[in-house]
Amino acid sequence: MAKALLELEDVTARYGPVSALHGISLRVDEGEAVAVLGANGAGKTTTLRAISGTVKRSGGIAFAGRSIVRRSPESVARAGIAHVPEGRGTLTDLTVAENLRLGAYTRRDRAGVREDEQRVLGYFPRLAERRSQRAGTLSGGEQQMLALARALMLRPRLLLLDEPSLGLAPLVVAEIFRIVRELNERDGLAVLVVEQNAALALDASARAYVLEVGRVAVEGDSARLREDVAVRRSYLGY
Amino acid sequence: MILAFDWTQLAQQIVIGLASGGVWATLAVALVLIYRSTGVINFAQGEMAMFSTFIAWSLVNHGFSYWAAFVLTVAISFAGGVAVERAVIRPVERAPVLTVVIVTLGLFFVVNGAARWIWSPETRSLPNAFSTRPISVAGVAFSISDLGTIAVSLAAVALLWAFFRFTKLGLASRAAAVNPDASRLVGVRVTWMLALGWGLAAAMGAVSGMLTAPALASFDQNLMQPVLLYAFAGAVLGGIDSPLGAVVGSLLLGVLINLIGTYVNWVGTDLRLPVALAVILGVLLVRPAGLFGRPMETRV
Amino acid sequence: MRSRAPGIAVWLLVAAVVLLAYLFAPRFISDFHSRELAGAGVFFIAIVGLNLLTGYTGQISLGHGALMAVGGYTTAALAVHEHWRDVWTIPLAGVAAGIVGFLIGLPALRLSGLYLALATFAFAIAIPSLLKKFSGLTGGSQGLRLLEDAPLQVTGLSGTVTIFGHTMTQNHFLYYLTWGIGLVGFLIAWLLVRGRVGRTFRAVRDSEVAAASVGINLAWTKTLAFALSGVYAGVAGSLLAIQVEIVNPLSFTFLLSILILVGVVVGGLGSLGGMILGALFVQYLPDLSTHVSTAEGAPDFIFGAAIIVVMLLLPTGVGGFLRRLARPLTTRLYLRP
Repeated sequence: MAKALLELEDVTARYGPVSALHGISLRVDEGEAVAVLGANGAGKTTTLRAISGTVKRSGGIAFAGRSIVRRSPESVARAGIAHVPEGRGTLTDLTVAENLRLGAYTRRDRAGVREDEQRVLGYFPRLAERRSQRAGTLSGGEQQMLALARALMLRPRLLLLDEPSLGLAPLVVAEIFRIVRELNERDGLAVLVVEQNAALALDASARAYVLEVGRVAVEGDSARLREDVAVRRSYLGY
Repeated sequence: MILAFDWTQLAQQIVIGLASGGVWATLAVALVLIYRSTGVINFAQGEMAMFSTFIAWSLVNHGFSYWAAFVLTVAISFAGGVAVERAVIRPVERAPVLTVVIVTLGLFFVVNGAARWIWSPETRSLPNAFSTRPISVAGVAFSISDLGTIAVSLAAVALLWAFFRFTKLGLASRAAAVNPDASRLVGVRVTWMLALGWGLAAAMGAVSGMLTAPALASFDQNLMQPVLLYAFAGAVLGGIDSPLGAVVGSLLLGVLINLIGTYVNWVGTDLRLPVALAVILGVLLVRPAGLFGRPMETRV
Repeated sequence: MRSRAPGIAVWLLVAAVVLLAYLFAPRFISDFHSRELAGAGVFFIAIVGLNLLTGYTGQISLGHGALMAVGGYTTAALAVHEHWRDVWTIPLAGVAAGIVGFLIGLPALRLSGLYLALATFAFAIAIPSLLKKFSGLTGGSQGLRLLEDAPLQVTGLSGTVTIFGHTMTQNHFLYYLTWGIGLVGFLIAWLLVRGRVGRTFRAVRDSEVAAASVGINLAWTKTLAFALSGVYAGVAGSLLAIQVEIVNPLSFTFLLSILILVGVVVGGLGSLGGMILGALFVQYLPDLSTHVSTAEGAPDFIFGAAIIVVMLLLPTGVGGFLRRLARPLTTRLYLRP
């Protein structure tokens, strides 16, 4: 039985007086790719925010056996969780190179950082071309790659990806998912990906959870869910 | 005609203007720093600089040399700036902007009052930072003091620039100012970056104060109030969100005001301030973003 | 449809209490305190006006002390040079300041937020110098002295005032005059805020783009707000001149503009109810600070510290705090758990 890297138990989250999650429980094992699916407003993004600490939450959230539910976002990042938020969160005034350097902010191993920068630019040659450009001048797809690259510079144990396909052309999206799968399969990086595009997410993950109105409605192996017509029709819209 | 024009005097007045401008530039950079990181104008920046100057005076009074006192005061002011941010600004981080503005106004009175209480309001003086002898450059006589002031101001600003451009902490600080949420996700402790900004601003203010005081025969607690106004004018001229603009704007303003004061007869020394105010109003009316600032876009 | 009768009854009760308090307060407080309250009344009027501009329309002004100067000097000039009876000058002072407010509003259309704050700041700093310059009209640095030079003062040297057959002390008269005007001004502001004007102001404050897209004329609204707040400031300045019986450039420094703004923020931006507390805060705090200690610099220190502490405890002002207290009740009633 693989060791659980991330465990959520009965997690609730709210925005001010409005509750968005009503008791979510999920699990990501070491080296596993897990998808979180559901309609708009189901609480997918909120789930990731609850993990990274950018929304008010309560319940049980454990990472590598230690509780992180009381931790600030900075502290969660230092623990080894990289969150690529909805809207990418690139630092538009800084250059591509500076964005990458910033991704490695918490690391002290200069040699490792340099090595990772080469590796990451190898994954995204278009970013390598634009190293000294201001991040704000990049296209949407390039900014998404930059956001992902920056997250990788953290050398995280768990990658949280929020709607990577949003607003991007299909070719670009396919490329991004290809890279994510490679990172997961080859380097053993655990991934928790939130996606509205269920087909894409199910292809790239081993297990999936389907959320509905802040609760887990269905969970199971991605392969099985892909075949389950009833689930697809009711929850995934196809 | 050209030969009859007194180029010597022009050169001298330009240097004098640059020296004033340099002093204003360091305070203007402090204002821009706070504005970019915290989003408010710190109306108490001048008083904090004045307080630093009095600390320097006390150190000199206890036997330290000017430059030893200078370095020590900058360090103490940095710590003071961090302390002020933690104590007074952090609690209202999420409050409306006007609330923070009022806090800085309250700070103005607190620091001014404290300075008058700790050091009584009699006038005092700081020794000259540089020798008062004139020096001859290309046959023109300049004051070493003016040249030294320009050099120190520019050096301080350059050091600050280098910090932000080349160090990891400086990068994190810049990121925190632009996008605090994304910065947190890479592990930057954003609230400490804010404190760092206030510390650096206080340090720059201290430089400004310690360059202002020796040029005057004597000074008291009202020392920095005109300087704050000129710094505002310089920052507005250059662009309130641009540190480069603050420096260029202040230097330009210094030269401009000095030349106007020298060559236009009815503008004596006491109309310098209204000229600065006119500059603020003029720039705001014509091009609020100043020379180097980015015009504010209206996002729908 | 819920009956609105209880709501109206409560408001009428509050209004009755306020009216009674206003009319009978001088019986319970000393003559000296009547004078202090009159001073607070001046702040109250200016603060209500500034709240209309800053709290409801979202335009920052650091220069309302200058608008008070316009009102104060109008009254003084008319009383001293033209021998007007001082109280009759009040409306004119308001109009004059309203016009100046409108004129400031015009260039302010292009500025917002920080830039508007800086522009009004520069304006406020420049005013004392300008006042000194036009000494023919303004009396220069010496200013204008109503006590000596205005023959038709309602107050003046006699010490008592007779109005409608009642004789009362000067201080009582000043109290009634100031707060009478203040309450009327408050009522007008309250009616404006509740009506279309108030909604238009708030629309502009919350989103200029959205407001423009529903057809609100931004220029008109902003200049109206400036003019209106100017009228209030002018009336306040006029009353100040009548109370203090002298105006000079030092009466209207940048400090005054700060005090008015502090009063608005402490009272609560966009909340008329807190304005009385804001006015009392700004009137009494400097005095109280001197009571605590008269050592050099100490009163300023205490004053500043008090402002900071109040802002830390009540970041949205008294009005905002009261609104937050009321909100949990409505939240629990209207949102499902």
